[in-house]
Amino acid sequence: MRFAAICLALVGLSAPAMAQTVAERLPTCLSCHGAQGISDTPGIPSLAGQPADYLLVQLVLFRDKQRVSEVMNAMADGLSDDDLRGLADSMAKLAPPKASGPVLEAAVLDQGRGLVEKYRCGSCHAANLSGQEQIPRLAAQREDYLGKQLTDYKSNARAGYDPAMNEVAQEVQPADIPVLAKYIANLR
Amino acid sequence: MKRLMRSLNVAVALSALLTAGVAFAQSPAAPAADAPAAPAAPAPKPPTTDRQSTLFGQPQTAEAAKLAPVAGPVLPTPLAKLPLAKLHVPDGFKVEVYASGVGNARSMRLSDKGTLFVGSRVLDKVYAITSENGVQTVKVIASGLHRPNGVAFHNGSLFVAELSKIWRYDDIEANLDHPPKPTLIYDDLPKDEAHGWKFISIGPDNKLYVPIGSPGNITMPPSTHAQIRRMDLDGKNVELVATGVRNSVGFDWSPITKDLYFTNNGRDWVSEDIPNDTLHRVSADSKTPPNFGFPFCHQGNFTDPEFGWGRSCDEFAKPTALLGPHVASLGMRFYTGDMFPASYKNAIFIARHGSWNRTKKLGGDIVVVKLKEDGTFASMEPFMTGFLENNKYNGRPVDVQPMKDGSLLVSDDWNGAVYRVSYAK
Repeated sequence: MRFAAICLALVGLSAPAMAQTVAERLPTCLSCHGAQGISDTPGIPSLAGQPADYLLVQLVLFRDKQRVSEVMNAMADGLSDDDLRGLADSMAKLAPPKASGPVLEAAVLDQGRGLVEKYRCGSCHAANLSGQEQIPRLAAQREDYLGKQLTDYKSNARAGYDPAMNEVAQEVQPADIPVLAKYIANLR
Repeated sequence: MKRLMRSLNVAVALSALLTAGVAFAQSPAAPAADAPAAPAAPAPKPPTTDRQSTLFGQPQTAEAAKLAPVAGPVLPTPLAKLPLAKLHVPDGFKVEVYASGVGNARSMRLSDKGTLFVGSRVLDKVYAITSENGVQTVKVIASGLHRPNGVAFHNGSLFVAELSKIWRYDDIEANLDHPPKPTLIYDDLPKDEAHGWKFISIGPDNKLYVPIGSPGNITMPPSTHAQIRRMDLDGKNVELVATGVRNSVGFDWSPITKDLYFTNNGRDWVSEDIPNDTLHRVSADSKTPPNFGFPFCHQGNFTDPEFGWGRSCDEFAKPTALLGPHVASLGMRFYTGDMFPASYKNAIFIARHGSWNRTKKLGGDIVVVKLKEDGTFASMEPFMTGFLENNKYNGRPVDVQPMKDGSLLVSDDWNGAVYRVSYAK
């Protein structure tokens, strides 16, 4: 919440209420999600290169308060379907993040690869975890965000658009979550 | 779509499976009349021989990996872009749009006064659609609900089933603009997301029928799951109606025998062509709840590759009809109207939402199942097609609702629309 508070201070809560074009709105999004849509901020996901369908679904869920986030619920409040489509399309066009940290140790890589295979992440998120349609890109997403979402799916704190992830997450062992998050965040 | 996700219950699914090839070898009689006559493909070599591994028996082919669930659009399709021209019905029938902008339209229920109530599954809303001089008005009467898929209506009250709660809205039609605060009538229900959304209906016995799906693709269900319950309309006097039911999302009662008929979704990841979804029947005279076989037996003649060992399908009640593999048979109603030709009288219309766990998609249509006089299966034929085109969905039918004038409404959660099928010679 601390980071959310900082972002809110940056963008101001009144922003979404004013009539704005997508181009005018996008900097507001990027002020939290990173200048190129690649987030440096804990708790806030990178959105660059996410499938447009995924972004639109999430924006609608935020607007309709089906996905709960104080900041995002406020940001999306009152936006039209076309506004949301425009924002989703713009964000999807940005170049996706690339892992830039040090290469993980072989043991961690093996373990992570094994878990991705075990839980068949690629079956829906595509072989390179780049996402497709309503299913998000995971590769090189922020490690903390990946871990949090998987945890929230498991506890049902985040109810998926479709319950697929809630179902899958039931099978994911808690100890595997940090390994998955680290491996996927560093996927290159 | 409800079926789309269940088999992503990966660990359960994977640990349960032998390869498709082994499954075929163990059940030579399995492929059913309704399944396409496709030969059993040689199974890929399992990537592991570790019986405890969740990878055991999971086909690791590129083809299998393509089978991702198909989530529909989040926003309803604008009226002008609905796939009306692609939808086909038999000669003499006509399809028109009854309502658009009904995001994720799922189960439907008609009130005595003609208001159509529509639930949703990936959204949080219940809609009321009123009709005046051929013009329909769509209102959101409830939001903030968790997978409010099920709707029922009785004596002026609307019943709404969320994933784990059932509510009653009294005198709803007089208050569509300001719906009353609902009364919680039942919440002794599991909270599993898998197969948690519900179809509900009120039977000729004035009881509320509530299905509880298996919490995963293939798993030994707890005693609280894989069943259909019924209860008084205040949620009291709960009793079991059927067990061994993997996941039913549609049922209705024969206007002739008053027997309960319900659709059931077959398990995934065994093979492209088995098992079938099924249509089942519970006699109105039934004293004990029949067991329909899950997880031991599928489609009445196919013992499960894992749970079926030492068991026989003869232990369980047989299906009335096989509805096709992976087709996701959902809402169904008996047709008692006078508008359609006499051959449709008392036939069952079934919405097959369409497959995901199959390379060549199947379903995505409304079929009509005709029964013999004794209530057994006579025939199944396509009625409304075109939702599925070139292995992609133009739309996905969820439920059917006969209207007082004899026309038939069809909900489409992909487009957030309701169609009306009528007949004129």
